[in-house]
Amino acid sequence: MAYRWKNTLSAEDVTPYSAFLNRRQLMAGLAAGGIAGALPIGAKAQEALEPNAWEEITNYCNYYEFGTGKEDPARYAQALTIDPWTVRIDGLVDKPGDYSFADILSQMTIEERIYRFRCVEAWSMVIPWNGFELADLLNWVGVQSSAKYVAFETALRPEEMPGVSSRVLDWPYVEGLRLDEAMHPLTMMATGIYGRDIPKQNGAPMRLVVPWKYGFKSIKSVVRISLVEDEPPASWNVANSREYGFYSNVNPEVDHPRWSQATERRIGSGLFAKREPTLMFNGYADDVASLYDGMNLREFF
Amino acid sequence: MVDKINTTLRRVPAWVLYALAPIPVIALFYLGLTGELGIDPAKRIEHELGLWSLWLLIAGLAVTPLRRWPGVNLLKFRRAIGVITFFYLLAHLLTWLVLDVQFQNVWADIVKRWYITVGMAAFVLMLPLALTSNNWSVKRLGALTWRKLHKLVYPIAVLGALHFLLLVKGFQWEPILYAAVIAGLLLSRIRTDRIPGIGQFRQA
Repeated sequence: MAYRWKNTLSAEDVTPYSAFLNRRQLMAGLAAGGIAGALPIGAKAQEALEPNAWEEITNYCNYYEFGTGKEDPARYAQALTIDPWTVRIDGLVDKPGDYSFADILSQMTIEERIYRFRCVEAWSMVIPWNGFELADLLNWVGVQSSAKYVAFETALRPEEMPGVSSRVLDWPYVEGLRLDEAMHPLTMMATGIYGRDIPKQNGAPMRLVVPWKYGFKSIKSVVRISLVEDEPPASWNVANSREYGFYSNVNPEVDHPRWSQATERRIGSGLFAKREPTLMFNGYADDVASLYDGMNLREFF
Repeated sequence: MVDKINTTLRRVPAWVLYALAPIPVIALFYLGLTGELGIDPAKRIEHELGLWSLWLLIAGLAVTPLRRWPGVNLLKFRRAIGVITFFYLLAHLLTWLVLDVQFQNVWADIVKRWYITVGMAAFVLMLPLALTSNNWSVKRLGALTWRKLHKLVYPIAVLGALHFLLLVKGFQWEPILYAAVIAGLLLSRIRTDRIPGIGQFRQA
């Protein structure tokens, strides 16, 4: 069921790409002219959670299959073939099979969601995604009652992915969610950004977005979704379980062993950007905290 | 060939290095301010200055082996290389402190985060070297003590390599490469004639 979650942002924030650029230019012009105070209140409130620019979102990516540098994915991901694209949906489902991306799209309602995005490396962005609720897809294929978790897998194409020749991680990249997390209205499969098709470096043609978890949980270029009974492996957890937990919920009180998670640097605010406090569950505590009632979040980090 | 290089080098005064040294730092900050260092300029400057510090450490450590084997004499530049290394390390540290962590939880980071502990230790060890990089100190301490003190650059280089190894995510080649180069430069200093077994053969 689409539209189960509403942005706290106003409708004006759902901005087409071109208008967005115009508005940024307009606001920059006003600010430069020293009359920023003359802006209507609505516009000021929007500024508080203004999405990052297209250039920022698409040129600052972690997608290690294309290299470990932040700009490597934008440089090398263009080699990825995304048409045709098939997603295998299997495991404890009523209608397992190989679904073409077009088949999936024809069944889903695409909507825009402006989400905070918090990387485990303590930087953050605000991204206007387009996509559908993962729950809609799972309901369409029919989840069997014995399923407890959802496992995801990224494409592994050594001939198209220069980064996989180096064993930074155990390829293919895999991730997992508890079924209730996967069915949560905030959890989506993104197919676009700013109303355009999602760029390859951001996980085309279809990626997971779980806004209350660290970014690496939001697995890119998904080729397989399996409904399973036991907790599935998650790549970073397998690589280093002391540093990356299965849950990896954004939590300012539980530090990464090598750095603090209490604050974050908002990308795109320039050389002298001030750190901002990180919010519990990345600001989605009201929506998702109940999923973890009674759990020790230090133990299940 | 080597003679030619040495003749040319003899004509270059050491102050040239001091004059050139600020250029990369100024360029980095200028590009960062004008938005030409990509999406996250603060991190980029921090990282680049860290790499410069490692390159300079390696350059300083290369002076002796270069003199011993190909016979290229860079000795008169070594103090300048060392002093410049210290200033790059300082710039790297200040970028981290001011632009990255912004003075938040600095002490906790130094104590708790291994890669920061290690990096900070390297900086602290570098302080006495920077302070004694002048002729007055060499005289004051005596050449022997001064040379002993400046052997601190070996642990500093090890800490620098370790700092890089500890901070990356996942398995990556770049820091391993740096560690290997530094290890090679340090191993090249082991005098085989002083190792008992090998030394005896030499004497015979």
